This record gives sequence, structure tokens and C-alpha cells, in this order.
Amino acid sequence: MWDYSEKVLDLFYNPVNQGAIVDPNEPDIAVVYGEVGSIACGDALRLHLKIQESVDTILDAQFQTFGCTSAIASSSALTEIIKGKTLDQALNITNQDIAQYLGGLPEAKMHCSVMGQEALEAAIFKYRGIEVEQHDDDEGHLVCECYGITEPKIRRVIIENDLTTVEQVTNYVKAGGGCGSCLASIEDTLLEVQRERAAVPERVAAEMANAAPLTPIQKINRIQQVLDEEIRPILVADGGDVELFDVDGDRVQVSLKGACGDCASSTSTVKYAIEAKLREQVLPTLIVEEVTV
Amino acid sequence: MVIYLDNNATTRVDPDVLEAMLPYLSDLYGNPSSMHSFGGQVGAAIQDARVQVADLFGVEDTEIIFNSCGSEGNNTAIHAALAAQPEKRHIVTTAVEHPAILNVCKHLEKKGYTVTYLSVDRRGQLDLMEVEAAMTGGTALVTTMYANNETGVIFPVEQIGAIAKEYGATFHVDAVQAVGKVPIHLQNSTIDMLTLSGHKLHAPKGVGALYVRRGFRFRPFLLGGHQERGRRAGTHNVPSIIGLGKAADLAHQHLANIDQERQLRDWLERQLLERIPDCEVNGGGTTRLPNTTNIGFKYIEGEAILFMLNQQEICASSGSACTSGSLDPSHVLTAMGLPYTILHGSIRFSLSRFTTEAEIQQVLAVMPGIVEKLRAISPFNHDESDWLQGRDLAYSA
Repeated sequence: MWDYSEKVLDLFYNPVNQGAIVDPNEPDIAVVYGEVGSIACGDALRLHLKIQESVDTILDAQFQTFGCTSAIASSSALTEIIKGKTLDQALNITNQDIAQYLGGLPEAKMHCSVMGQEALEAAIFKYRGIEVEQHDDDEGHLVCECYGITEPKIRRVIIENDLTTVEQVTNYVKAGGGCGSCLASIEDTLLEVQRERAAVPERVAAEMANAAPLTPIQKINRIQQVLDEEIRPILVADGGDVELFDVDGDRVQVSLKGACGDCASSTSTVKYAIEAKLREQVLPTLIVEEVTV
Repeated sequence: MVIYLDNNATTRVDPDVLEAMLPYLSDLYGNPSSMHSFGGQVGAAIQDARVQVADLFGVEDTEIIFNSCGSEGNNTAIHAALAAQPEKRHIVTTAVEHPAILNVCKHLEKKGYTVTYLSVDRRGQLDLMEVEAAMTGGTALVTTMYANNETGVIFPVEQIGAIAKEYGATFHVDAVQAVGKVPIHLQNSTIDMLTLSGHKLHAPKGVGALYVRRGFRFRPFLLGGHQERGRRAGTHNVPSIIGLGKAADLAHQHLANIDQERQLRDWLERQLLERIPDCEVNGGGTTRLPNTTNIGFKYIEGEAILFMLNQQEICASSGSACTSGSLDPSHVLTAMGLPYTILHGSIRFSLSRFTTEAEIQQVLAVMPGIVEKLRAISPFNHDESDWLQGRDLAYSA
């Protein structure tokens, strides 16, 4: 028998926020839902959000879940966690937050919390008009054919949850839980992530030791160079652009233009992409901030 | 008080069984193999237990080998069958066997054996034509269950055995779920070996027996001392063997009243189907054990149903993925080709001679509410649910 926490059982026996949200057709109010899973997988969640558009805030959340005890409890917990949050705040919620709210989940049931996080993301992306098919997780090499799990998704879950064994990966995203033919590939990905993670502190240390610290003007020049050569071409192709506004210590202030600037998800998506690139190419301690000029 | 409807998982030890065992846990602690009468009296009690088990099948006591469990019986039988005809490298079994057969077969495939896994139809029943077609001159063993643990579906074992004999193959039957629930006569049977497990018939856990037909060239699986006529080494688990003997005796008597159990099961089944929409009996269209019903409640998940039942102190089980530890739903229900809508929401109730009408009444009182509550949470409420449209609901492994 599963060792469920009191909180899991309580939210299962007395779930809150179960059901759908009817669109009231009021100004400034949007109703949207996100889905993850299917009846074939054995669990599925449809998460309904009521959003106040002017403040980008979740007013209400309801769930419909087909699944086991912990799937129902995780869904109910998620709705409680996200009510009142802005969409950006909600996007920062991880499956760990859901599991923590529940007082923990059995290892083999962690995928229930991942399902909650994914449904939330799906709902918000849908609201923001981002095609879910374009989400990183759906691209890339398909590792687990039984459950349709890609390498980038396995990678993300390994990093976010500090996973160290193949069994854990199966518990968190189901990958490898079907026919098991991909278990060796999952192990390869695990080892690769571990190598990369070990390499980062080394690289930072090497850079610190080798090069004399960048002068402010060197730093600005290199940031500008990376922006011009690596980032702007991609943004321009999508009808947007980015401009360097200021560099204050490690804080890099940029303004986003055109299609990107208008897009509601600009802060959470483009900012992180630029930050990752700059950290990789210039200095691992850089923080990117968006300013409106 | 707990309502225990999970008797295919394990059964309570009958109070009479416990009483028979107790002296062998205290005063009568001698080793049955010893050359003194203090041990010898224990040896005599084991002999009585052997006769009790043999009588349940109408066979000779020398044809019964005591062991530790059903898994041991199955491993031993497969091993013995392959050792008896070492030149033959083919095994015929079914897709719905217990893991104690399936995993042994999978292991043997890696060792160079070929295994045919016979399919079952939507009712969970075998096709004898397929059995016949699977046989070759190189078939060493045909091993099938007598009755399925999840659905209770009974296979036509004597007919399967007749085919096995025609091709010179050994025929083993895993009868762990059937013993004590249906009469089994082995005297003029095609069965060469038959596995039983104590804890499924009100004896304790950790004891079982393997029937081996006289004349079969049996080679032991567990080597060591000369116990069980050199066919199974290891000091006897005396109290449990005494308990198994008593349990076999009681099961023998109870078989005369098995129809009462069947009537209770039928009542439970009919009433559930009547009171709850969108559910069906898995394996309903064919011969089944009198104590088992497996019902698929559409659009909801089995583990959730079990936890709701658990809150009411009702014990049942499910073939859903979430209960299995693995992530796949029951291999038995998937082999039957059940659609996903039913597959994940299947619940097994298994009765025993201790099950009362009042207990069934209580299940009938709470079950409709549980299903309704979970269906209210589910995004799939009926086959026309928008989320189910355009999807292939047939299971494909």
C-alpha cells in the first residue's frame, strides 16, 4: 500500500476546486484550460484557469482529473497554490512545490506532481498564445516511446529534481516504465547531465583563475558582441529585436522591441534565453533584466 | 470491522487450522527426520497432512511434495519438465499467467528456449485451436493456470492436457487460485504436475505443495537433504505443513457448499451492474471461479476506487497501473484487449467462505457513491466526452 501523507489523503477524500470554470463573458476576464495526459496513460488532468487580464493574475483555478489518489490530490493542491498568483509567478512553480505542499509524495508517484506543473504550463501557454507543440519538451529526440517522453524533458526533470538514478527518472516522468528498452538511453542522459554539472564549477573556476577580471568596458563590448552575433539574428527573424540599455556590475539591462516586446510571455521566455547565452559566453554570474524605454 | 474481499491475494488462517498448528509451535518441536520418537511423532503428523492434501485431489500421498509457496512450485515444475526432456527446447504457456510463470519463461528465453505465449479473447478465454497450432515435436512443456487470479476465468485444462500428451509434452498446471474453489480430480487426469499454495486456502503463508504424477521422472530444484523422498531438500516447515493438511481437509468439506459462495458473488455482481451505470464484468462470458468478480468501472482509475473503499474498511484489489508498482496496467486485462476506459478502472472482489451477506450489502451500499464521486472529478464522463474523441481507445502494448 502506498504511504501517502495525511495531506494527500485529505485532499483526495475532500478535494477542493474540483470541476470546470464557465466563462462569465465579462470584460477583463479570460477563462482557459490546459490538458496533460490521456486515458491511455492512466492519468489525465484538465486544469481550468480564470485570469484577470489587466493584472495577469489567476483569480480562480479548478481541476478535472482522471487518475489515482495522488493524481487527484496533486491537482487539488495545485489549484490551491496558484490562486491569486500572477502568471509569471505561477510559471515559476515546480513539481517540487506541489509535492512539498502535499507533505511529500512516494517516489513512484512523483509523476503526479509533474503532471500538475505541466498542465499549469499548458494552460498559461495557451492563454498567451504559445503553441504547446513548440514547447521545448515536445521537440527533440523521443527516448521513451511507450510514454512519448523526449530527451529534453528527461533532462529538465533530472536537473530540476536533482535525480541521480534511472529508477527516479521513471518515477518522475514515467520514462522507461513501459517496455524498458530506453533504460540505457536514460542512463546515458543522466551521466551526461552529471558530467555537465560537474563541468560548470570547473569552468567558472578556470575562468576566474585564468583571465584577469574583465574591465567594465571589455564586459560591455563582449555582451554587445554576443547580443549582435548570437541573439539579435534570431529575434529579428521573428520580427523582434533587443537593445543593450545598461550594464551595472553583473546586471545587464536590455529592452525588447517589436514582436517580442508586445508578447506577454517576453519576460519569462526571451529573458532567460538571453541570460543563458550571456552566462555561457561572457560571465556565469550575469543577470539579465528587462527595462522599458 | 474490516470487510475482506481480497481472498485471491491471501486468505485468513482458518481458526481450526491455527488450532491444529499450535502444538507444533510449542511442545512438538522435534525434527521429523530424526531417529527418535520425539521427532518421529512429528514425522507421522506430516504424513497425515500429506494424506489430507492428496485426498483433496484423489491421489496417492507419495505424489505430494511439500514446499514453501506457489512460486517455488512453479519454478520447480518448469525446471523438472525441461530436465525430463532436455533435447526439447520449446515451452507453451499463456499471456495471462502469474509472474511466477511468466518471468521464469522470460528468463528461459534468454537461455535459448523458445516460448509461445497463447493469447486470450475478450472474455479471457483460450482458443484450443491455438494451443494445438502452437505445439511442435520440440515442445517440452505446456504450462497454464487452472484459473486466472484476476478474473477467475477457468481454462479447459484437461483438453489442453490432451493436446500436450498428443505431442509428448509435460503438462503443468498452476492451480494456486483454483484449489479449494473447484473440485479437482487428478487420478485420471492429463496433468503431470500441479502447483498449490497454502495461504490461498486458509492455511498460513510460506507453505505450498507440488503434485507430481507417479511415474514422472522428477528432478529436484532445491538440492540438499533427503526430505520429501529426495525431491525437495530443506527441513520441513512443520507447523505450516500441518496447517496446510488441515486446510486441505476443510477445503474438501467446504466444496460441498461452494454454491453459497457463488450465490453471494453473483448477487454482488448483479447488484453492482444494476446500481452503477457504465460498468461491466471482465471475463463475464465464460466459466469462472465461484468467488471472483472483476468489474471495470469506466472513466475512473482503480487505485482511487481502492482508497475510497479503504476509507470504508473494505479490502479489494485492482489491476490498474497505479497499483502495480510498474506503470503498466494489468497484463491480464490488456491481453484481453479491454479498452482503456475500462482497463484502468477495474476492481477485483474475491470472496471466501467467511464472506457474509451483510458484508456484501455494505459494499453495495457504498460502491455507487464512490464511483459517482470519482466520475464527478474525472474529465471523462462518458464515451462522448470531448477529450476522448478521435482517440484510439484500444490498448496497444
